Parts: sequence; C-alpha cells; structure tokens
Amino acid sequence: MTTATKPTDKPPRGPSRSAGGMVPNALGRLIPSEVNGREAVPFKGVGKHEPDGRKQAPPIRSCRDYPADGDKRVDSLEEAFRRCGLSDGMVISSHHHLRDGDRVGMMALEAAARLGVKDVMWFPSASFPCQAPVIDLMEAGVVHHIEGSLNGPLGDYCSRGKMRGLGVLRSHGGRWQAIQDGEVKIDVAVIAAPSADPFGNCDGSHGPSACGSLGFALADSIYAEHVIVVTDNLVPFPCIPWQIQGNNVDYVVEVESIGDPEKIVSGTTRITRSPERLMIARNVARLLKETGIMREGFSFQAGAGGIALAFVDYLAELMREAGVKARFVRGGSTRYLVELLEEGLTDYILDGQTFDLDGVRSIGSDPRHVATSPFTSYNFHGKGNFASMVDAVVLGATEVDVHFNANVNTHSDGRLLHGIGGWQNCLASGCSILAVPSFRDRIPVIKDEVTTVTGPGELIDVVATERGIAINPRRQDLLDAVRGSDLPIRPIEEIQREVEELCGGKPRKARVTDVPVAVIKWVDGTVIDTVYQVAE
Amino acid sequence: MSVTVGSRAAGIGSAGRRGKTIRSDLWVQLEARSRGGIELELISRVEAYYGDAIRAQVEEVLAALGVTDARVTLEDAGALPFVIQARLEAAALAASVAPAGDARPARTAALPPPPPRARMRRSRLYLPGNEPKFFMSAGLYAPDGIILDLEDSVHPDAKPAARLVVRNALRCVDFGSAERMVRINQLPLGLEDLAAVVPEGPEMILIPKVETVDQVREVDDAIDGILSGSGDSGSPEAADADRPLWLMPILESALGIENAFEIAGASPRIAAITIGLEDYSADLGVPKTEEGDESAWARQRLVNAAKAAGVQAIDSVYGQVDDLEGLKRWGERSRGMGYEGMGCVHPRQIRVIHEAFRPPAAQVEKALKIVAAYEQARAEGRGVVSLGSKMIDPPVVRQAQTLVEQARALGLTNTGSEDAATGATDKDTGSEADR
Repeated sequence: MTTATKPTDKPPRGPSRSAGGMVPNALGRLIPSEVNGREAVPFKGVGKHEPDGRKQAPPIRSCRDYPADGDKRVDSLEEAFRRCGLSDGMVISSHHHLRDGDRVGMMALEAAARLGVKDVMWFPSASFPCQAPVIDLMEAGVVHHIEGSLNGPLGDYCSRGKMRGLGVLRSHGGRWQAIQDGEVKIDVAVIAAPSADPFGNCDGSHGPSACGSLGFALADSIYAEHVIVVTDNLVPFPCIPWQIQGNNVDYVVEVESIGDPEKIVSGTTRITRSPERLMIARNVARLLKETGIMREGFSFQAGAGGIALAFVDYLAELMREAGVKARFVRGGSTRYLVELLEEGLTDYILDGQTFDLDGVRSIGSDPRHVATSPFTSYNFHGKGNFASMVDAVVLGATEVDVHFNANVNTHSDGRLLHGIGGWQNCLASGCSILAVPSFRDRIPVIKDEVTTVTGPGELIDVVATERGIAINPRRQDLLDAVRGSDLPIRPIEEIQREVEELCGGKPRKARVTDVPVAVIKWVDGTVIDTVYQVAE
Repeated sequence: MSVTVGSRAAGIGSAGRRGKTIRSDLWVQLEARSRGGIELELISRVEAYYGDAIRAQVEEVLAALGVTDARVTLEDAGALPFVIQARLEAAALAASVAPAGDARPARTAALPPPPPRARMRRSRLYLPGNEPKFFMSAGLYAPDGIILDLEDSVHPDAKPAARLVVRNALRCVDFGSAERMVRINQLPLGLEDLAAVVPEGPEMILIPKVETVDQVREVDDAIDGILSGSGDSGSPEAADADRPLWLMPILESALGIENAFEIAGASPRIAAITIGLEDYSADLGVPKTEEGDESAWARQRLVNAAKAAGVQAIDSVYGQVDDLEGLKRWGERSRGMGYEGMGCVHPRQIRVIHEAFRPPAAQVEKALKIVAAYEQARAEGRGVVSLGSKMIDPPVVRQAQTLVEQARALGLTNTGSEDAATGATDKDTGSEADR
C-alpha cells in the first residue's frame, strides 16, 4: 500500500456534524471518525476491508396487502407518500437516468415539503444542475443533507459549509454496497419510469422520455421500505420489457412529464475537435495496440467525454486494420459504441447508461445491446463484478499526482465539482488509463499531491497527456510491452516539470479550512478522503 | 485615445480579449497617470493558484517598460506568462506610453538548429497570431513548419498586440522540430512586423500578396537592416551570419503568377514560393472549386517557375477541415504536380498531408533499383546505366537519387530496401523499371 500521501496536520473538526475526531486512513489522509451519526471506517487499502454480517432486507410484505387486479395507481405523489408513512428524518431516494432533464427528483422533494415533512435525507444516484432548487429546500429545513454526487450550485453550497450534514460521495457500486449492507436505509424510493404499467413493472428504453437503462434504481426497488414509480407513459399490463419488477413496487403515480427530453440524452454526441484531446485519444488507442491489450476477444470501457469518444473512433480504426474484434464493450453507450456493434467490431455492449439517441434506439431494439446495473458491473458485495473483467478502461480526472493518485471530485481550489459515478469502480479493470490534458487554462493537472484522493495510485496504471504518456512504475509489464515503440512514454515527474515551467511555476495550493464538509467513500464503504470547507 | 507623446499623462490603452469563451488569454486596460504609482485591479480565473505570480509579473513588466504611474485593469482567463507580458506591453503602447526599456520576457525556448534551404516542408500549420492558446501544443503535432500569422487571421485593430504575442512566442514557446515561420502583413505594415520578429530568429518569413520582384527586395533590404543592427538589440543569435532567414513569397494574384519566375529568383533568401488560392480565384473573378480547374494553370505555372529558379514549390491550404478524404486526394494530386508540401488549417490535417506527400512505395522501390544500378555501373567503370534490358538516362538517375534521399529522411527505406537494391539487375524485377 502506498504511503505516498503524507498525513497533514489538521486539528479535529468542529462538533456540528460528528462527535468524533479525525483519524488517519491507510493513505495517511485524515477522515472523520463519525459521519452523520454513524461510525466511519477508514480506508484500509485496496481489497483489505472484509465486511461481515448479513445483507439488509426490507420488511416482509404479502400480496394480500396489494390489489389483486394489479392496479397500484394513486392520484399523486403526496398521496403515495402519505400511504408510505413519510415522516421527518426519513430517507428519500431518486435517480439520474433522466440526467439534467429530470423532473421527478424535485417533484418528490417538493411533495414532501407540501406535506410539511422536515429533515429528509435525499439520496440521489447523482445530482444535476436542474436540481439546484434543493438548496431552497435545505434552507427551509425540508432536506437535511444529501448523500450523493454534489456538483454545480449544490457542490458550492456544500463546499461553503452550508449543508447541515456531511456530504457523502459514493461510486455507483458504492451506492449499491451502502444499500445492501444497511449503511443507508431507504425509506421511500421514487423511480422515474419512461414506461410503466399499473402494477409497477417499468423500463427506460421506450416512451417519450426514453433514457435507456434504469439500472441505478434496481437496488432501491429491491431494498427500500417503500417503492413509488412515477411515469408519463402508462401502458396496460404488461410493460415489456421490464427492468424493474412491479412485484417490488408499492404505488404507481401518473404525471404529465417526468423529464425534458432535450436534456435527457444528447441528440448526437460529438467527437472533440480539440487537437490536444484528439492527440491524447489517438495515443491511448495506440497504447492499447502496442501493449497487446487490443487483441481478438478483448474488452474495454470508455465514457462519453470528448476524449473517450475520439478514443473509440481511433481504436475502431486500429481494430479494423488488425482484423480483431472485442467480445464486449462497456457503456455509457453512444453512437460510437453502437457503430462498433453494428459493424461487428464487438459482440456485445454491456450498458450502464445511455448517452445519446443512437444509444437509446440500439438498447431498445438490438438484443446484443444489454442493460446492466451497478450490481452486475460494480458492486463490492457481489460475488465478483464485471469491472475487474474489463481489459482496459479510459477515464478522466481533474487532477493526478506524481504517485498516480487521482481526484475527480474537487477542483484544485478545493471546491466540490463532480460526483464519482462509476469512476472508482472502473479502476478494477486490467489497465486503468486516465486521459487528461497536461494543463487546463494555466492550471497544471499533475500535482505533487492531489487535493482530494478519489482513487489510489495503486490502481491507476497510465496517465496519458498530450505531452507524453506516463506509465505507473508498478506496471513493469506495460513498460516492457511498449519498449521500442514510438509512443511518447515519459516519467510522470518529467511531464509535470515541463508543464510547470510552461505555466510559470507550481500553482499555489488550495486554501481550505479544517472543517470537513463531505467524505469520499471507497468502493468498499470505507472512507478514502475528506473534503473541507473552502476559505471564503 | 492618446495625447501628446512623451507626456506621462498619456492616455488609455487596452489589449487582448475578454469574455466567457476566452481561454488562455487576457484583457488589459492601462490608464497612464502622472502620479500615484501602479494601481492594479486583477480578476483572474486562476487567482487561487497564480494570483500572486500575476501581480508580481505586472509589477516587473511595467517597471521594465518604465511605466511608474498607471491604473491597470486585468481580466485573465488563465493566460501563460508570455501572453501576459505581450498584452501588458501592447496596452502600454496603445496608451501611448512609450516603452522606456526592453521588457521582453527571458528566452526560454532554445533556438532550433538553422534549417537547410531545402529542408522538408510537407506541412505548415497556420496559427492565428492573436490566438496564443493554440501555440503551446502546435509543436506536439510535429508539422514540418508552423506559421505564426500576422496577416489575414488578425483583425486590423489587433495587429500591434498580435505582433508582440508572436514576438514573445518566438522567445518562449517550444515548437519542437517545426520550422518557425512568420507571415507578415503587406508592406508598409509588414515592416513593423519584421522589426518585431526578425531579431527573435525565426527560420522563415512568408510575404503575402507578392506581385513584383521589388516587393521581395524591400523585405530583403529591411531584413538586412534589422540583422545588421540586431547585435545591439539583445538578440545576437539572430544576427549570427550562419543563421539563415528564409523567405517564402505567396503569390495570390494573376499578376503575381505571371511574374512567378522573377519573384522566385528575387533574393538568395528565397527557399520556396507558394500560392494563395482564395485570393487568386477572387482575382480571376471565379469561385474556387473542389476540382480547381480555375487555378490549374496557375498552380502548374508556379511549380514550373519554382523549379526553374531552383526553389521549392509549396501548395495552398485545403479549407474543409472535416473532409480528410478530400484533403488526401488534393494532397496526392498536388504532389503529382510537383509540389513539395501544403498548408494546414487544423492539426488533424498534418498526418493526412504527410501521408499524401510520402512517395509511393513502388516509386521508392524503383528509385532504389535505379540508384543501385547506377552505383554498380560506376563501380564497374561503365558509363551506361542499365536496368534489365532498359538504359537509364542521367536525369532519371538524378531524380531517383533525390527520391531515395527523401525516402531515407522519412525512414521509408528501412525495410526491404537492401533486397530491392540488390535485386536491381535481375531480369524479372527489371521489367518494373521499364515503364
């Protein structure tokens, strides 16, 4: 285990959100010993945490309590909440399948407000800028705090120390783990469904608000005390296909619109035109070829960012030239993955979420394009998961350091910027590649020490910039494989030095206070780092 | 905007760009005052990391410029230090605060070795002179040359500011193995460009809209004047007698094309001539087409004039950035006409152009056989070179030698070349060379 990140001298945090003090974890980062009233386990190292006990389960229900004709419709979310017994301090969950077009997250919290409920913990699978009004609900005391990704205005609110509880950021897999082991007990799950029947079977691949997979809501549907499905496309039983089973659903609410289709998926995703990013993408594709990772039957995952899309396009070119195809690729699916599938360059797309209209069309019509969930893909408590079976993954980061630790959560000024998404989970792949520009504006991306550790350097194999590709010295096999190639392989410190010279010296370190505002969970539920209140 | 020159209560000047979409640049306004020292208002996107560094740099630059009393407003979008310096100096100039001293940033980029006259010039990447954000990575794409453009891509109001950005880039930006070219404005404005950039030791100057020999000679004389005095101006490297400064006139009109041969021979500094097709088509009064029928004669005329004068013929640019197939076709045809390179308006064109200007493998193979046959004949003391049953004329040998040299420079002769060369006298392989 690396101890590259040295402990810093931070005094114990104030008493407002936890009674305990700060303790160092295996990376030497200080973390609160208690988070939102629960004891926190410090990160112990990759694969070191051994959970025990039994999984959480919802109370026993029986069919005698539900209508025999299968019609679980109620008139409104308020009515559904009332029947669920929503009360002060409960946990309401929602999901980000509809991304920045989502209307259901706000609808649910506003319904709770109208019922006069206070101090709710909101547990979204991710938050988006359209949910900025949650700030008003926090100010009004309806929402106590958020455990989920915090970015944009919500990230700012939390970073300035205004949220009452600590923010808890989890990966997609970590959210499933937290639900499964009882760390988070969801009182009411509210699931936005692009198609549903009155029984509660629902799916995301069809309907005016079609978004692709509903995988992020699966855990909630199984483990929550109560489950409400909200749809704008009610179909007579049966809703085919169903990804969420109505047998887990308590109530179905019909509304006019669950989301703004314009913002649910991009009409088209476009490859970046930035020459730096194109260059990074091309070099990463070539790296996969030179290292022999690109071979008949291999697998990879790449997201929907500009570099990732261009990477897929370049890799496809190399696959065609070499006459090899992948057995599967993992999405976030986009037009570019769909084209691979349709051209026969991959046998399957195992899709976590769907980013554009081509992706939605494909998942709704091509049986080789399969919806997955964080359970199959990422969950720590599963009997294995797909992430560790992927040969290579291409990810981004806001910062990396010379020990290959990386940060995706905070800006270099310490402010919360992004959620974790599946990023941490993907690091389990055979070769984890961070494709990042060497500087943004004037700010170098390679630091002596990252502001926040989201992923330990132990799991990050390659940092690819336009100025060179740094391979983690732990991966001697990769270093050996690229020897003699004309790829710009360079030590990470050398790239760092070059960029610092160009930018006029090392940037000043973030000025933050010693007051924790959020914690970053590792995939196993331990705490890997703390986010502090920014200095105003 | 400005008052009496020499008065320190001169005026207000601004330089640079601001707005939400601006990146890696800044906007500076400088209001000269008669007293009160320097008052700085700084808004920076990178305040948290480089705020102090920017403040220190502003102080240092203004001191070097001899500006002691001014109100300075600076809106920074993450500009690098060489850009900050250029914008400050440009704002001071615009405020008619005459620079009292040399405020140029220290040279941080080593001068590349002087390029030979006939260096490879397959690709030259255009970089708008007032867009410094594109400079830092330009060398990474490994074009044969980069052009810091002060002419058409720079708004007339921004010329003085762009000139300083380009000057600083020649001192501070590492363009890798690329030949560093500057496209100046038409004279007389171009004379100010030359005064700013020539002392920094670029490898080539592009002269736009050349129609007569005199235009080239005027530039040539101006360069002589600057170089003979630049030992004093703190750039002894540029004045080094061994360091050539090449010229590439751009012919962009019917008259320019008519005078192509004379222009190509107008100065020993000329290493290449090139054509500007947008302006040329406009001069003819016809639209520029994909097939290029309207410029077919001009393009071939330029090649002929260049070869007659012993300089390189370089083609125009291909403007459709997304059409890489079209670019490939254009480049291959261009190479076939005798051109040795062309311009790029986006880095993604570089790879395609290098590919298009690469001699085809069959041609290289044939040239290797001819050269091998020539060597063999010479070793055996024969005056007549033959390949198979075919006699090879001296000009064909010379052409083959040039091609082999070029192929070696591109690393194209590593594999199989020896076999091809030794197989040159075999009857069966000789037939390939007969055509």
